Amino acid sequence: MSAASRAEAPAFVATTKAGRITDFVDARVGGSGILREFGRKVFPDHWSFMFGEVALYSFVILLLSGTFLTFFFDPSMAETHYAGSYLPMKNVEMSVAYSSSLNISFDIRGGLFMRQVHHWAALLFVASIGVHMLRVFFTGAFRKPREMNWVVGSVLLILAMAAGFTGYSLPDDLLSGNGLRIIDGVIKSIPVVGTYISFFLFGGEFPGTAVIGRLYTLHILLVPALILLMIVLHLFMVVVHKHTQYPGPGRNDGNVVGYPLGPVYAAKAGGFFFIVFGVIALMAAFFTINPIWNYGPYDPSPVSAGTQPDWYIGFVDGALRLMPGVIGNFHFEYVIFGHTLTLNVLLPALVPAGILFTVMFMYPWIESWVTKDTREHHVLDRPRNAPTRTAIGVAGFVWYCVMWAAAGSDLIATNFHVSLNDVTYWLRTLFFVGPIIAFIVAKRVALALQRKDREIALHGRETGRIVRLPHGEFIEVHAPLDEYKRYKLVGFESPAPLPAVPNDHGVVTRKEKRRAFLSRWFFEDRVAPATPAELEAAHGHHGPAVEAAEESKSLSH
Amino acid sequence: MKALSQKRRHPLAVIALLLMGLLVTGGLYAVATTVNQAKASTTSYSANDSAEGKKLFQANCATCHGMGAGGTKDAPSLVGVGAAAVDFQVGTGRMPMQMNGPQAAEKPAQFNDQQTQQLSAYVASLGAGPAVPEAGLLDEKGDAAKGGELFRVNCAMCHNAAAAGGALTRGKFAPALAGVSGQHIYEAMVSGPQNMPVFSDTNVSPEGKRDIITFLKQIESNGSPGGADLGSLGPVSEGLFVWIAGLGVIIAFTIWLTSRTS
Repeated sequence: MSAASRAEAPAFVATTKAGRITDFVDARVGGSGILREFGRKVFPDHWSFMFGEVALYSFVILLLSGTFLTFFFDPSMAETHYAGSYLPMKNVEMSVAYSSSLNISFDIRGGLFMRQVHHWAALLFVASIGVHMLRVFFTGAFRKPREMNWVVGSVLLILAMAAGFTGYSLPDDLLSGNGLRIIDGVIKSIPVVGTYISFFLFGGEFPGTAVIGRLYTLHILLVPALILLMIVLHLFMVVVHKHTQYPGPGRNDGNVVGYPLGPVYAAKAGGFFFIVFGVIALMAAFFTINPIWNYGPYDPSPVSAGTQPDWYIGFVDGALRLMPGVIGNFHFEYVIFGHTLTLNVLLPALVPAGILFTVMFMYPWIESWVTKDTREHHVLDRPRNAPTRTAIGVAGFVWYCVMWAAAGSDLIATNFHVSLNDVTYWLRTLFFVGPIIAFIVAKRVALALQRKDREIALHGRETGRIVRLPHGEFIEVHAPLDEYKRYKLVGFESPAPLPAVPNDHGVVTRKEKRRAFLSRWFFEDRVAPATPAELEAAHGHHGPAVEAAEESKSLSH
Repeated sequence: MKALSQKRRHPLAVIALLLMGLLVTGGLYAVATTVNQAKASTTSYSANDSAEGKKLFQANCATCHGMGAGGTKDAPSLVGVGAAAVDFQVGTGRMPMQMNGPQAAEKPAQFNDQQTQQLSAYVASLGAGPAVPEAGLLDEKGDAAKGGELFRVNCAMCHNAAAAGGALTRGKFAPALAGVSGQHIYEAMVSGPQNMPVFSDTNVSPEGKRDIITFLKQIESNGSPGGADLGSLGPVSEGLFVWIAGLGVIIAFTIWLTSRTS
């Protein structure tokens, strides 16, 4: 284009002041292009799609409240005597970190509220990440092309736990100090290098005078920065992949049915931020969290009853509690070449968490290897339509919950008036048996729900109306489903097991045999969706009889 | 001197020496144990109290503890447990015991103050033991901060740092301490009821015990500065609350926000 033609084009002149400013900015950064692109992005609408948002908003609230706390918190482990206004601590010897945490709670205006906002938001942050991941897992949203985003999300879960744990330890109170001591014990149980890592981390023998300052740097600098980076990656991939959707009429792997971001979703999401903020603010205003003044300053000698980590570390603590010190005459502690190997700490602390996270990271690839499914999936599975995956998920969840419950074994014992030993024995049994029972039950429930769906698709909904036909037969009237509802019940894939196939050299490898075995395990129990022919046959069978009844009784529905 | 050295081979010299040694060690031991014993004031009981107490004891306690409180296979001897133990066990309703179990549970007291005092007088008359503390130790005017430190070092591992109670092995437990009178707390420390160890006066001085009671009463009357305390049970109740109440409310909102479409 020549300069002349550009000059000829009628220049847009905004009439209002706001319009002129908007035009000025738009002409320089191209905001309208971005808005056109993002504003038209369509998102499907379902309540279970909003947990990621809850996590994001909790993180924003964490950044805001955390910034406030940094203004007043001093991460020094220097000794001081408390001189603040909480009388039961008057003149008690403590670290500057604990003293400044008490000051935030009692002497800074709004400090206690902000502390509680920060801590409740942290618990909600990890909880919403957990629920979000469960939703993604059970609906199969991790399948191609979203495997990488599943991994980024899993990294976010670990980072969130790291952020939580480093923050939990900062006030240097008795409770968090005990938690750090357990971590120190776990680190020291790592063969050979454990002691060195512990000394490096704590700057000498536990507890030392360095660890709070170091955790503070991690907590306010490195971990949040990594979380932010991962969130950016996560959201970027959401934009690239587009959002998944539940199955329904008119929805397929090539489209997204929903509302555009602007204006509906922008308004909803903006409003939802304030709802999450409001819920957290109300919790912080009315419910105590981490009353550090109850616990006292950290001192390595006392350990309070009811010492637990925050919920997201609970499953590791629970696994440690479940591990027996000795079984009969079998000991778990050995001295090899002068190094102590403490399996009764090392095994429970690292193995269950290791298995859980390894399977979590690998799962998308494990499943696609077994099922040989390399297609893109944008339409979600209803959990019942993937019975084995659902059962695997429930088994893992139950396993996690058994360890989680074990972290509160002492409180289960006192509050339900049962013996602590019995609670431990039961949980040890459930640690092994629970996932197996859960797998079987969940799979049977999923299959039963599929059969129910099939039954409804074929024969309609039971109305509870009993009709007597002219020749004396009683039948129950089944109301046929409308097509939209029926689509939901029949429109899913139900793959059959894939037998082992020979490779290019005509050899069935051992790996392929294993895959075939797993494929059979994955798909052998299945309820196929009703086919159009079956639907036709079912309607043909029922149609005239019911219609006759309808006419004779002049019923309608 | 010469006379003594001449008599050292006397047949009775060994016996004399042995007697002397026994007297010294026994005397030292006696001094040491009385020092170690919780010395609270000795509330003076009249002979009448003791006699009435004996009648009450024989009617209500002797089935298990024996007619002379000497103990049976079902219950221990009460000779030497002192008035403090009786006042605690009977005053908090733990005795007479409702049923056999991992430990005697607290229940509404079966005897009034006068009867409890009479029972205490009777048991105290059987042998010396820790007495009911004097009022000066229960005035709750000690040093709460010091009491807090003592509590965290000596008591918190069973009773929880916020005195909310905790679990012990095989169905036994350390109870929550809110609402327990200062006198009963003191008596529990000196008599060591059930699974609780005895905190003698050399272990925690009477002033220290007064500080502990002051601390407990102060945190009880302070309430919870941060709002509802969720049972003071720590992260477990906080976690339950955020999962059930926090996420529950948020899920309700998400359902509301998406209810118009889909």
